Amino acid sequence: MSLLQVEELHVWFDLARGRELHAVQGVSFALDRGERLGLVGESGSGKTTAILALMGLLPPTASVAGRVLLDGEDVLVRGERTVAPHRWKDVAMVFQGAMNAFNPVKRIGAQLVEPMEQHGVAEGSRAEARAAELLERVGISRTRLRNYPHEFSGGMRQRAAIAMALACEPKLVLADEPTTALDVMVQAQILELLVSLTKDFGLALILVTHDLPVVAQTCTAAAVMYAGEIVETGPTDVLYHEPRHPYTRLLFAATPDLESRDVVVSIPGTPPRLDEAAAGCPFRPRCDSAVARCSLERPLLQRVGDRHEAACHMAAQVPA
Amino acid sequence: MTGGNGASPGPLLQVEDLVVRYPVRRGIAETAARRPKQHVHAVSGISFGVSRGEMVALVGESGCGKTTTAQAVLRLVRPEAGTVRFDGIDVTALGSRELRRLRRRMQIIYQDPYESLDPRFRVEATVAEALVVHREGTREERHRRVVGALELAGLSPPELYLDRYPHELSGGQRQRVAIAASLALGPDLLVADEPVSMLDVSVRAGILTLLDDLRDRGLGVLMITHDLSTAARFADRICVMYLGRIVEEGPAVQVVEDPRHPYTKALLSVVPRRDPRRRVQPQILRGETPNPIAVPPGCRFHPRCPVAVDACRTVDPELRAPSGAAAGHRAACLLAER
Amino acid sequence: MTDLPLAESGALDRPPLWRRTLSHPVLSTPQSVLGLAILLFFVLVALIGPLFIHHDVQAKVGPVFAPPSSRFWLGTDGGGSDMLELLVVGARVSLLVGFLSSAVSSLIGGTVGLLSGFFGGKVDIVLMRITDYVLVLPDVPLMIVAAALFGRSLTNIIVIIGVIYWTSTARVIRAQVKSVRERVYVQRARSLGAGNTRLIFRHVLPQVMPLLIANTVIFIAYAIFAETFIAFLGLGDPSTVSWGKLIENSFNDDAILNNAWWAIIPPGVCVAIVVLACAMTGQAMEDALNPRLRSGHLSVRRFRLRAVPPRELS
Repeated sequence: MSLLQVEELHVWFDLARGRELHAVQGVSFALDRGERLGLVGESGSGKTTAILALMGLLPPTASVAGRVLLDGEDVLVRGERTVAPHRWKDVAMVFQGAMNAFNPVKRIGAQLVEPMEQHGVAEGSRAEARAAELLERVGISRTRLRNYPHEFSGGMRQRAAIAMALACEPKLVLADEPTTALDVMVQAQILELLVSLTKDFGLALILVTHDLPVVAQTCTAAAVMYAGEIVETGPTDVLYHEPRHPYTRLLFAATPDLESRDVVVSIPGTPPRLDEAAAGCPFRPRCDSAVARCSLERPLLQRVGDRHEAACHMAAQVPA
Repeated sequence: MTGGNGASPGPLLQVEDLVVRYPVRRGIAETAARRPKQHVHAVSGISFGVSRGEMVALVGESGCGKTTTAQAVLRLVRPEAGTVRFDGIDVTALGSRELRRLRRRMQIIYQDPYESLDPRFRVEATVAEALVVHREGTREERHRRVVGALELAGLSPPELYLDRYPHELSGGQRQRVAIAASLALGPDLLVADEPVSMLDVSVRAGILTLLDDLRDRGLGVLMITHDLSTAARFADRICVMYLGRIVEEGPAVQVVEDPRHPYTKALLSVVPRRDPRRRVQPQILRGETPNPIAVPPGCRFHPRCPVAVDACRTVDPELRAPSGAAAGHRAACLLAER
Repeated sequence: MTDLPLAESGALDRPPLWRRTLSHPVLSTPQSVLGLAILLFFVLVALIGPLFIHHDVQAKVGPVFAPPSSRFWLGTDGGGSDMLELLVVGARVSLLVGFLSSAVSSLIGGTVGLLSGFFGGKVDIVLMRITDYVLVLPDVPLMIVAAALFGRSLTNIIVIIGVIYWTSTARVIRAQVKSVRERVYVQRARSLGAGNTRLIFRHVLPQVMPLLIANTVIFIAYAIFAETFIAFLGLGDPSTVSWGKLIENSFNDDAILNNAWWAIIPPGVCVAIVVLACAMTGQAMEDALNPRLRSGHLSVRRFRLRAVPPRELS
């Protein structure tokens, strides 16, 4: 049984005048312990909304459908009541811009202890000892427990945020653009830390990012999201060497690479509006290999290889 | 759309020994205790040039001084020492009127396309603003030049965009409008400060290719970026900055394929590659860039350098061409020869 | 060519102007619509009402303190004048003083805030010191002294109220100007070579205007109230009729002893309603301008569940 199984996850947001934004459109995937999944997409693809939904961190304007099975248990079935007990203890999150994750007037140590006490994992001196261990595990000296967040650099704050996420020994960590605002050297440090933590603690990791190379180097598998749905998923090297969805292929082609002299090309056009139902494949207007069927029929995710799925009518064909 | 006079000899932009530092504001207690004044040493003596038809990338992490350098080039900050010569004219010594005239030939493109356009101005007004400010041309002429600039920036057909407000455009389109606004006066030099870092990946290449085209048309482009992959692919020359100094510079291909400074080597090793099978052994440096207030003695990089020797603690190396390196490739490291 | 034309990307459907006006955020809450409606009503009354009155409204036309009847809808006051007519004419003066002195106050405060925020440095320090000094002056004694010194004409009252109350506007505008000045598009315009005049009038002022207007509307409430009690204290212009004057008159004529509630309450109620309407409208405008005032999201977690929709293929 997978650690995490997401089935047909949908998220809608209420808009003015009775309209809705269909931000996540039937996302399904599974994750086992020790696996690192990269959830890749550009702005508006729904990747952040999808993982917020996994923890039930959605506003009152949101409505959700689908199942999120954590160790077989459906955590969304009764909304807040069933998902709250799992927060931080089973699923923890590292947000984008850890600057905002910390209370500026409380010491780091106190903020690490807080989730432990709140969720009944440890308290008092035991909690403090654990906080010191966690901080050291993420590469910060335990003498800095008494510092305030503003006394930490950006990279250190992000590491402290990771320590905070690990406070209650979760099974799954969701990291939303954890290195986007950081320098490339600090990014390398953080990514190395995340990988070693998944190996040492048997954690599962979902890394949400728009940065394909980061996923290529850090994650074992990836799911590419476009317009609210997963358009391709599979092992990262298969996705690079044998992409079956044009968006995946074009996205790689649009990313400059240090060692490649390939011409880097934009993808023309813009993503579709998610507040209007559209016919056919959502990528069709921007696709370079669309056929007539693509305007009429929406493609479903289908198996195209070993653990490799793509939602494209042309996916069965071997790419030229 | 190359500007003004014919090509004068020498590079379009020549920066020499530029020094920029800011005093750190002291509280009353420190002033009373007469502690020595501290400075943020943003830029500590750098020299480089940009020629017409050349794209130079200033690459580095936060705190290295690349943005401050760009600001000094445009005279948006006052340098403490050093000269900035634009087409032979010393920018640092100009009065405000001459500066205004010179500003027409150097334009800046900002990082944030969502903030760099006035939300109340339609596209035509934004692009025409430079012309209006400098009182160029009649209404019809300005309209023509706006249309021309929009075409050059890839917003075609321009008529579709003239009446739009920024919030009706995507990020990529907004950045193109900002570029068109810079092109309206026909500048010779474009300073692009992280021009694509806030755009979606699928849109970035278009903007970078546009800058590439402009460079082919004879503009000089100074690109500030932290993204080595972009610099490697698009720039002609790369200058790697660390803590206010250029530690390595040279033709882009050379710097990326044959780095001679340990910092450059480490930086290149941690840049993620697209291909998951390309596993480069990352040289992850410990700690973070030190505060530009307290610059280490000797070589600035020595506390974090994986191959530092004793001499590095006392000697501040100069940029020199190491043996076997290509023309124009220099590194500031005592051990660069190996 | 890499970007699709806007028409295809669907970013171009602008609804017609009337529809955009009606869905303006200012009109989005019931309070703001109500407030605006009330203000509009009173403005109309003040403008049009006096056109129907062709005689000196303070002349005696009926018995003293006559209760409301079919002839005199709101009865008569201590001088035998029609209360309703007095209210209508009084509306004109009260609202005029309210709007004009609020305008004066916004002009002064807006200018001080703009200069202070834009130029910073010594200008900022000097102007803010002045603001602080004016702020701590007690308003009522000042009004009394000013009225005593400069006479009790309507113009003087407008100026006095305007001059006393501009300080908080100055502070608010200064804060906003400071933040707008740092925005990238202002920097960009400056780097193009735009001078301060252009930057202020074309880039900063338009951003600040809505806030200034919202502030002005709220201040109308203060101004009307100030006029009311200036008049009530007997410092108002003796030749004009305003709501405050009406209240003063009713006290002087012992309306309470005569149980003539219709002479006291209506003017007070009018003032209260207009003040409330200004506050509601102004508040709604401020809320509309400041999206951060809307409640945050993650504080309340109550997402709803629904059924998975069937897969639509076409």
